[in-house]
Amino acid sequence: MHFLKRYLPIAGLLVIVIGVQLLASATDTAYYLTQLTMAAYYSLLIIGLCVLMGYTGQISLGHAGFFAIGGYLSASLTTYDFSAHSNTAILQFMDKAGMLMQRQSLYGEALLNVHPWPACIIAIAVAVIIAFVLGIPVLKLRGHYLAMATLGFGIIIYRIGLAAEFFGEADGISEVPPFNLLPGLSVNGDFAARVQNYYIAWGLLLFGLALLLNLIHSRVGRALRSIHGSEAAAEAIGVNTARFKLYTFVISAAFAAVAGSFLTHYNGGIGPSEASVMKSVRYVAIVAVGGMANLWGALLMGIVLNFMSLRGMFGTYDDAVFGVILILIMLFAPQGILSVKIKHFFATKKESPELGTID
Amino acid sequence: MLELKAVHKYFGGLHAVNEVSFKVETGAIKAVIGPNGAGKTTIFNLIAGVLEPSSGSIAFKGLETKGAKPHRIASLGMSRTFQNIKLFHGMSALENVMLGRHIRSRAGFLAGMFNLPHTWKEEKSIRDKSMELLELLEIERYADVEATSLAFGQQRAVEMARALATEPDLLLLDEPAAGLNIYETAEVGRLIGRIRDMGITVLLVEHDMSLVMDISDEIVVLSFGEKIAEDKPEAIQRNPEVIRIYLGEDEEAAA
Amino acid sequence: MDFSLFLQYLFAGITYGIIYAIVAIGFNIIYNTTGIINFAQGEFLMLGGMISISLLHFMPLPLAIALAVLITMVVGAFIEIIFIRWIESPSVLRMIIITIGISIIIREVALHIWGESVRALPYFIGTAVTSVSILGINISPQVLIVIGVCSIMVVFLNFFFKFTSLGREMRACSANRRAATLCGINVKNMVTFSFMLSAGIGALAGAVMSPITYSQYDNGTGLAIKGFTVAILGGLGNSLAAVAAGLILGIIEAFSISFLPLAFQDAVAIAILLIILFIRPHGLFGSSAAASLKEF
Repeated sequence: MHFLKRYLPIAGLLVIVIGVQLLASATDTAYYLTQLTMAAYYSLLIIGLCVLMGYTGQISLGHAGFFAIGGYLSASLTTYDFSAHSNTAILQFMDKAGMLMQRQSLYGEALLNVHPWPACIIAIAVAVIIAFVLGIPVLKLRGHYLAMATLGFGIIIYRIGLAAEFFGEADGISEVPPFNLLPGLSVNGDFAARVQNYYIAWGLLLFGLALLLNLIHSRVGRALRSIHGSEAAAEAIGVNTARFKLYTFVISAAFAAVAGSFLTHYNGGIGPSEASVMKSVRYVAIVAVGGMANLWGALLMGIVLNFMSLRGMFGTYDDAVFGVILILIMLFAPQGILSVKIKHFFATKKESPELGTID
Repeated sequence: MLELKAVHKYFGGLHAVNEVSFKVETGAIKAVIGPNGAGKTTIFNLIAGVLEPSSGSIAFKGLETKGAKPHRIASLGMSRTFQNIKLFHGMSALENVMLGRHIRSRAGFLAGMFNLPHTWKEEKSIRDKSMELLELLEIERYADVEATSLAFGQQRAVEMARALATEPDLLLLDEPAAGLNIYETAEVGRLIGRIRDMGITVLLVEHDMSLVMDISDEIVVLSFGEKIAEDKPEAIQRNPEVIRIYLGEDEEAAA
Repeated sequence: MDFSLFLQYLFAGITYGIIYAIVAIGFNIIYNTTGIINFAQGEFLMLGGMISISLLHFMPLPLAIALAVLITMVVGAFIEIIFIRWIESPSVLRMIIITIGISIIIREVALHIWGESVRALPYFIGTAVTSVSILGINISPQVLIVIGVCSIMVVFLNFFFKFTSLGREMRACSANRRAATLCGINVKNMVTFSFMLSAGIGALAGAVMSPITYSQYDNGTGLAIKGFTVAILGGLGNSLAAVAAGLILGIIEAFSISFLPLAFQDAVAIAILLIILFIRPHGLFGSSAAASLKEF
């Protein structure tokens, strides 16, 4: 029965998602779908970050870095012409495994690229490996040190993206080909495929949400919450806090990388700004507003705020808005806006009425 | 079950624990007492792996625990309660106790994320066993209440249930009677007796002398980091050294 | 490399190094009094430069700089009073996020006031091509001014904290707040003053370095990160060590051009930051025992 309780909201959300699409198509406002699709991908990162920050209490000021690793690797592998290296062992192997594809550039030249599927998998794998390697020393740090280390990581990724020719330097990478998930199902930015892509993005997001909700309600989720509650007691009770923090970090990095990869194919490109500090700060702000340990809150805020930002509602004050949001939340509602309301709605826990009775 | 040999602990220039050695036999109830600042909690932290001894050895079930992290030691069969109760806030009493089952269960990240069927049975068993413990401690009606909002005595009970949920071989109790009145303290004494009957060895740190004298098989007395005496309760009460270091305490405590 | 090139790099390293050290000292002053890391520290330098440049239209250079420093100090006090002062028992996470938010806001405000354009104060002595000859190489007098002014600030701060009563009171606050209050020290004001002091030295450094490094609305962040690296490298809270650490970082950074592409020069500081955080978070000159007692 808690089956139902847990998945009902997801089903409800699915209904809303479908409803919005039908409404948009019917009223000829389908362009909203584009921003909703992008917002969905960003929210995939957000919910992963929410679990990391809210349940293990680790702040990551460099999560845009993982997004960028996913996006940049997908982009570069599928657009860089490997023809010059086609004789190397690695490329021969990849060719045999069917991982390469021939394409034509805008100018009619023959290109040898990596197929989007293996590129995506490689991108995610790299992000996961980096998260692992980075996480081991970083997660031993606390507070300011942790924040700075993750900030530093994000900046390094940004610098690499900005400086490396392979990653397009300041211009980033464009002409990223569509990602054919399955025959007939493709991630791309075509107007014609708008509805399809809307569902791909939201399908991915809902799937990710289900995974994380499951995690939170599982034995591991309990252990994560205990780490947040009292790390010393969690250790004493047998929770391997270091390992759990690391795995959570890696999972959140994976979510970010998937979001990056898919969104890059959707947008057809990626630029260094996706790895910038401002993006990382933005993600932290959104999680903070939604309520650090509140997955639904983070999701809601992720959609709303990203949508508003993408539609240009904040104008030139875009970054400033998130900065202000961050401060206001931290000053007045550190548990997040929604935590206040949701408590009243779903109150199952009651305060203990008696005080110290004798039995 | 537990053996400390010539354990020293320095904090910078402070010699907090000085050449302390003692054994805890399986099935015994042993108490560590001493005036404030004697190093009792430090000893506990050393045994539990929170701190590492500067020198000397600590062996649990014959295994040297130096350098092992607390969760490793916990999984070997040791659990503890804390002097200033460390319940997990944001979680109900039941959930707190369920965490005690952590080392007795297996479902990992992937199994959790995909909600694999084999985890359902495990979850149910965790929940049931935890409820049993809450019933044992007679606080089952508070199962779904936010643990940190409970009354002090009830919080102590939850922490105890949580520690018991790990099915330990050795249970460390850090001042289990602190802040409790006479009746509650007597309850604690009875509970510790029942714990021993379950086959669990108990090592406790305590200030309440009536409790200590009542239930302990043996008592270790510390003062300024050194072991002053180790003996049966009656002998400790008559030990002149012990009486001397407690001089100035009120009669009830020294009796 | 030949000797004159070596000296060029060395001077560049020392110049930037001492600027980073000032940023680090700014961090340390606030950290020592409050336990907070002020992520907005770099913005104080940016403001010092930008405000001076704007004021230059209306008054002579020395006055413009002095006024800019004063204004920045007011901004520092403002920040403390509005955002920091009234928060009860803040968690570290919360404070980090708040100061990051503050730094973003300052940056955005700067963007809207001054736009994206890069500006600079004029060279204090002569022009961009004026130079003096030292040890056989040509150095701009501005470099000497930066080194000189910053060194004087370091010496002054040292003197201030050791020998003046205000300085001693601030040290008392950092050592033990409760005890300081019991001694009659107004801790709240000390906190405000620490923000003002950090802002002031930052602004002055920002002004004197402007001719060489230029000023732009967003050059605060980079300085903050490098300053933080230096603060950690020297051991958080230890200002004398910060000077040494600053020089070390500045020199390493300067010499890194000889084997790294220029685009990666900034990455050097970050790499050092990560290495130090992973290997020796209490810094080169800090003690791990003392560090583990501090609450982060």
